Amino acid sequence: MLLIHCPYCEETLPEAEFTYAGQAHVIRPEDPSGQSDDQWQEFLFIRANPKGPHYERWRHFHGCGRFFNAVRDTVSDKFLTTYKAGAPRPDLSSLTEGLK
Amino acid sequence: MSQFRVAGKGRVDTGRPVTFTFDGTSYKGAQGDTVASALLANGVHLMGRSFKYHRPRGAVAAGSEEPNALIGTRRGKGRFEPNTRATVQEIWQGLETTSQNKYPSLKWDIGAVNDAAYMLFSAGFYYKTFMWPKNFWHKVYEPFIRAAAGLGVSPTEEDPDHYASRYLHCDVLIVGAGPSGLAAARAAAVDGLKVVLVDENPEAGGTLLSEPQTQIDGKPAWDWLATEIEALKGLGVRVMTRTTAIGYYHQNMIGMVEKLTDHLPDLPADTPRERMWRVRAGQVVLAQGALEKPLVFHGNDRPGVMLAGSAQTYLNRYGVLVGKKPVVLTAHDSAWYAAFDLADAGARVQAIVDTRDTVRDDLLAAAQERGIKVKLGHTATGTTGRLRVNSLRVNPVKGDAVGAAYTIACDAVLMSGGWTPSLHLFSHTKGSLTWDDDLTTFLPKDTPEDCVIAGASRGLWGIEAALNDGAEKGREVAAALGKAPAELAYAVEADRPGTGTTHKELPTDRSPGKAKAFVDYQNDVTAKDLRLAVREGMRSIEHVKRYTTNGMATDQGKMSNINGLNIAADALGKKQPQVGLTTFRPPYTPTSFGAFAGYHRGEHFEVTRKTQIDGWAEENGAVFEPVGQWRRAWYFPKTGEDMETAVRRECVATRASLGVFDASTLGKIEVKGPDAVEFMNRMYTNPWTKLAPGRCRYGLLCGDDGFIRDDGVIGRLSEDCFHVTTTTGGAARVLNMMEDYLQTEWPELNVWLTSTTEQWSTVALNGPNAAKLLGSLVAGVDLTDEAFPHMSCVECTVAGMPARLFRISFTGEIGFEVNVPAPMGRKLWETLWEAGQQYDICAYGTETMHVLRAEKGYIIVGQDTDGTVTPYDAGMGWAVGKKKPDFVGMRGLARPDLVAPGRKQLVGLLSEDQSKLEEGAQIVFDPNQPLPMTMVGHVTSSYHSDAAGRPIALALVEGGHDKMGETVHIPMPDRTIAAKITSTIFVDPENARLKI
Repeated sequence: MLLIHCPYCEETLPEAEFTYAGQAHVIRPEDPSGQSDDQWQEFLFIRANPKGPHYERWRHFHGCGRFFNAVRDTVSDKFLTTYKAGAPRPDLSSLTEGLK
Repeated sequence: MSQFRVAGKGRVDTGRPVTFTFDGTSYKGAQGDTVASALLANGVHLMGRSFKYHRPRGAVAAGSEEPNALIGTRRGKGRFEPNTRATVQEIWQGLETTSQNKYPSLKWDIGAVNDAAYMLFSAGFYYKTFMWPKNFWHKVYEPFIRAAAGLGVSPTEEDPDHYASRYLHCDVLIVGAGPSGLAAARAAAVDGLKVVLVDENPEAGGTLLSEPQTQIDGKPAWDWLATEIEALKGLGVRVMTRTTAIGYYHQNMIGMVEKLTDHLPDLPADTPRERMWRVRAGQVVLAQGALEKPLVFHGNDRPGVMLAGSAQTYLNRYGVLVGKKPVVLTAHDSAWYAAFDLADAGARVQAIVDTRDTVRDDLLAAAQERGIKVKLGHTATGTTGRLRVNSLRVNPVKGDAVGAAYTIACDAVLMSGGWTPSLHLFSHTKGSLTWDDDLTTFLPKDTPEDCVIAGASRGLWGIEAALNDGAEKGREVAAALGKAPAELAYAVEADRPGTGTTHKELPTDRSPGKAKAFVDYQNDVTAKDLRLAVREGMRSIEHVKRYTTNGMATDQGKMSNINGLNIAADALGKKQPQVGLTTFRPPYTPTSFGAFAGYHRGEHFEVTRKTQIDGWAEENGAVFEPVGQWRRAWYFPKTGEDMETAVRRECVATRASLGVFDASTLGKIEVKGPDAVEFMNRMYTNPWTKLAPGRCRYGLLCGDDGFIRDDGVIGRLSEDCFHVTTTTGGAARVLNMMEDYLQTEWPELNVWLTSTTEQWSTVALNGPNAAKLLGSLVAGVDLTDEAFPHMSCVECTVAGMPARLFRISFTGEIGFEVNVPAPMGRKLWETLWEAGQQYDICAYGTETMHVLRAEKGYIIVGQDTDGTVTPYDAGMGWAVGKKKPDFVGMRGLARPDLVAPGRKQLVGLLSEDQSKLEEGAQIVFDPNQPLPMTMVGHVTSSYHSDAAGRPIALALVEGGHDKMGETVHIPMPDRTIAAKITSTIFVDPENARLKI
């Protein structure tokens, strides 16, 4: 079972307290009705499926209830970092450096 | 003393005899025996029949890797367990055991004809033999296979035992309490580190239990062991025996199963049979040791043929000679020591046959000293003996030439094909392996976990090497935890280090095609099967494994994996690492379902949520149905009523006068804050700005894809407060979706969302007399159409209780939903029940609720919609706020596929023959079209309706809204039913009944 650090509670807790919430940094457009069919399709359905670091959302469902972002390596299943919703996407090279 | 028990040997207590039965015969063993050691002490080698060929089999090992000696154990009603390894099950007074895979008896088994017909059962036989004729599969082959296949017999009675589950946090977990594990524990137990040492055996010691001649730091091994365990306990090390680490999961979580009662003659009260430990360890030391490999030759499965190391264990640990005239067949030095130990205990070792041309001089000298004949550079090509081996056929080998055979009479063959490091848990960590050409085996390399591997499980051999490596690894993990442990070094005398070689199947002078040289005993896979799989095109070891089932039995290939790989690699003409190793998966050894289930069984399997009114429903004879985690009153049958009669009565009574319904399970969310109305405008399809406080509206929730997610009536209590209701099953999902948008898309909105489902008890009153009854109990509200019209809400008191009162209807009758603080729910219900007697008030359940709403065409999300239905498809375009700048789903509703013609739309259906359609039945336009027919929709809801005077149905039909009055067809197994498309509203389309 994974251990996940909640950036709001500032505690590292068992995976069972959390729920997965899909890819991170998929921003809902300001004016959805102004979007073309292709753009809207991209927003709704197209997701990354990387082998390696993946930006994704989790929710501390059985804790504070907050959604937050994480970078998890899909090969090792290790969390490289977690950060608050709305915070900028962390630089991958600084995160993976520690793994080498 | 039993015939094969050796006085003065072993750790069992022969002064405490234990009687047990095997296949109805009573045997005597000693306290500390396993079933296998006790049977061997009585000269019984035949313990089972093999899985496929029903060949007679005996114990081949002495530990948890045993593939053959699987038995059923029984302890009274419900306590039967199949497939228990006789080598692990400890005996106790009165234990009943039975052999498996035999009929009518172990000695005369009819299934053994499979052995003669082995040509039919070669690799992939399932895919070949049973393919023709096609229609035989269903009627002949499958029932036969089902009856014949499988190990053991499933228990049929409920398990009366209970199983526990606990968490354990420690700094260092050490798996395996052999020499390296003990030393690791000693090294790591410094400076307050919490160390746990776990072993699957009843006592710690591992190899030391089978090597009593060893001297450690000047003490005999067993004395050293006893002192060391006490010392470790003194240092605070937790030593857990009979506990198997079954799996290694993410971030150093290890699953362990502790067996608490299977070895006890009397079951202690209130003790679980097994306990599942979920251990989170800072550092893990894997010290699982190594497993001995069999040699692969014709007849290597005859009872009496066993691993040399296991024979040594039976002698030294259990005081049992597995044979009086054994012959040793080996490719590794270790078996020579087994031969010496047995000879010293009085066995007449017939010969040591070694496949190697040269061996160490000291071994040769020790054999000579004991008068044991030595045959170097030999192969084994067969055994004889029906139920027990009585001779071994051997041949000298020169280069590639196999010389003339001769036989050696014997009563046991002790074989050793070398040792395989136990890498199971290491593999669970996604640890990488590296091939070692000298040892001809895989060794551990890197792991992503905080884990080290010590001793024989990383290829080191000998007790001194294991002790010192364990000590070093223990220091390593303690240092990783910030401690400065002292150096430890062990001096060992009479150690038995050794080397060996490994083989594919042994060379033979006979036709290899006729050899039954077993690689996987439990699944009856032979060397020939593996070669056949390669000939038939299998290239990956994973394919070879699945095609032949090598390593797929409950022993998980503990003994067969490397032998199988050696043979497959040879057949492919490749090196072993190029062919690769199959993946080990948890659990390490077979684990009971009970251990996994733990406390989650029976009533504790899942939470059952009950409303405050549930008790009244139960007392009044309700039949319940589960809705999500809730249990809801389904209908209230009176004496003699079946479901249909009860539901029809409840429907009629409600429309005639008054019905009362427990709606407390409805999801409730309070949306509150200065931006509440803006939030509602963005979430729901409907417009909310103009909804005045004190008024309600039916709300539809879509996803951004435009499909309906949920619905419910929403009341605006004040400018900044909405009382949102959701479907019973959708409450958590809807709140999660709202929180998602609020937290991550619109964090600027000042709104609070609170789940209030369990804060309110909700009672629905419906029927022509609803207002009359409620009017007498409500304070401060005039229940007239003028003062409190349909779709109103107000905070007031009802029968003296603070209430949120809604005038809404899910039945088409005058309707109210009264919300009171949850604990007052039953009091409200009973007050209404009492006061409603004058109107013949009728309690109804969810089924009547479903019928009444369907008569009005009100949808149930998830029944009449399925995640691909838009508000327009459902005929509810009126609920979409087209003038709003945006809402969740607005852009989605404009997607090309959602505006295209021919979408499935919700309509009513009336069967022409007045029959009730089946929910889920498929619909076609043309019943005479050729098969397969084009299906154009399905029936979503179907009920008998007294109000409509006939059965009614709702259905999704392609282009249905433009097909009013047309006929569609529902093909059923026995006939095709014609039905007319109608409006979804079957009762009171003008809504006249809603008026007071």
